[in-house]
Amino acid sequence: MHRVTFGVPPGIIKAVIGPNGAGKTTLFNLITGFLKPDHGQIIYQGEEIQGQASYAVAERGIARTFQLVQLFDHMTVLENVMVGRHRLSRAGLLSGALRLPRTQKEEAAIRRKAEETLEFVGLADRAQQPAAILPLGLKRLLEIARALATEPELLLLDEPASGLDAIETERLGEMILNLKNKGLTILLVEHDMSLTMEVAEEIAVLNYGRLIAEGAPREVQKNPEVIAAYLGTDWQA
Amino acid sequence: MTARVLLNRWVLFAAGVLLIFGVVRNDYYYTLLNFIGIHTLLVVGLNLLMGYAGQISLGHAAFFGLGAYTSGILTATYGFDPWLAMFLGLVVSGAAAFLIGVPALKLRGYYLAMATLGFGIIVYIVFNEALSWTGGPSGLSGIPSLSLAGFPLNTPERLYFLIWPTVGLVLALSANLVDSRLGRGLRALHDSEAAAQSLGVNTARLKLLIFIWSALYASLAGSLYAYALNFIAPSSFTFMFSIKLVTMVVVGGMASIWGSLLGAAVLTVLPELLVFFHDYEIVIFGAILMVVVIFLPRGLVRGILDLWEFRRYKQEGGTISV
Repeated sequence: MHRVTFGVPPGIIKAVIGPNGAGKTTLFNLITGFLKPDHGQIIYQGEEIQGQASYAVAERGIARTFQLVQLFDHMTVLENVMVGRHRLSRAGLLSGALRLPRTQKEEAAIRRKAEETLEFVGLADRAQQPAAILPLGLKRLLEIARALATEPELLLLDEPASGLDAIETERLGEMILNLKNKGLTILLVEHDMSLTMEVAEEIAVLNYGRLIAEGAPREVQKNPEVIAAYLGTDWQA
Repeated sequence: MTARVLLNRWVLFAAGVLLIFGVVRNDYYYTLLNFIGIHTLLVVGLNLLMGYAGQISLGHAAFFGLGAYTSGILTATYGFDPWLAMFLGLVVSGAAAFLIGVPALKLRGYYLAMATLGFGIIVYIVFNEALSWTGGPSGLSGIPSLSLAGFPLNTPERLYFLIWPTVGLVLALSANLVDSRLGRGLRALHDSEAAAQSLGVNTARLKLLIFIWSALYASLAGSLYAYALNFIAPSSFTFMFSIKLVTMVVVGGMASIWGSLLGAAVLTVLPELLVFFHDYEIVIFGAILMVVVIFLPRGLVRGILDLWEFRRYKQEGGTISV
């Protein structure tokens, strides 16, 4: 990434677009601590977070999904979401092994919250199934549910619509808007232009690791550099 | 898993332990049962590490040995109370696991396997060479038996009533653990370390914790072993024994708490039955490991259930989705 200066105002939906290899996923990995920047800063809520371990970034309230779905295949749908409650619960090894009354109470709360989250994304009836057997569309939903279970303030969605059919994509768009209305800040990488234009309030365009345009969807759409670099052929289709 | 099913399992377990006591009258069988119990402790711990966290230790015999030798030396040479010595064994083994685990677990991949392999060999050499402490290859004798409230646990039959309740307790703790916040974290990191981290799971720390935890089980088993035999020698803590433990985990079934009991039982009894083939024991264990990994990768019980289900499906002409 080169000299990308980039801001996400709280409470909005911002999309990052750009051709393959433009650096969108790299940007996500930098923010969430999976990659360490050589130089430069990443500031979240006034504090520098670049170079921090990814679990520490997650503890600050930044959650993400992955371009290639990364579920816990050997766990149930419910358990997947329960892992999302990790940062909001405290039980250690010993209290977990002894199943102290306080731990049992915490477990019950984790379970209840996870069930609510599954309800929200519409996966409640799948709760006891192994995550591995879900169809791709539902896997993407489960990944979002799992991220939501961490009660993030900033949610990074890496191509959430890829592999979804038209109806699923539409429902996804509604959910993203719904989440925004609940106060979440959302950063979205997406190839599906109609979804992006529908939900995003701001769009940043990356090309070869550089930021070539940024602004409201309408402005970005008209930007000649963007049209040349990216939208040119695809956009009309 | 509902509390009711679990309760039934524990009731069955306790009933089994008592039933065996009602039937068995022979010290040889009690000794064998006690070994099964001690091996179960080792295998459950190793299974938490291998089956749940997906990390391999090829040196678990070393932690078993550290527990045994710490208990043995402190009681036989320095006259410590056996229970206190057992506790200090836990401290020593836990500290050793911490020191190996910190560097090895920061790296992804099989570094823990390599580090524990080396550690196991070094510890074995120390047991052999530190003559003034350990007695060297000829072993350390004069280790006392445990006693409970003034009642000496000095026969296999009496010890049975310490070891098997302990096994029950450790199985219960482990089953709880797997189904707890950190247990889910472990299973999660096994499937996707990146996703687990993205949800705030400190995977490096969690792997270290479970490695230490499993070393503590091994140390406990080692102390019980020393007090059961009143004598220990380095030949019980070889690399071969570490491999046997891995085989027990695999045969019992990875990520199966109760399978650990089965794996330990089958592979403790088997060498007794195959006493004629003693010289080929390592070959037999190797063959078992290979056969199970290739044909029953989910372990003996689940593997056989899978095969049965597979046959049934075929007979009904159904399709199988995995």
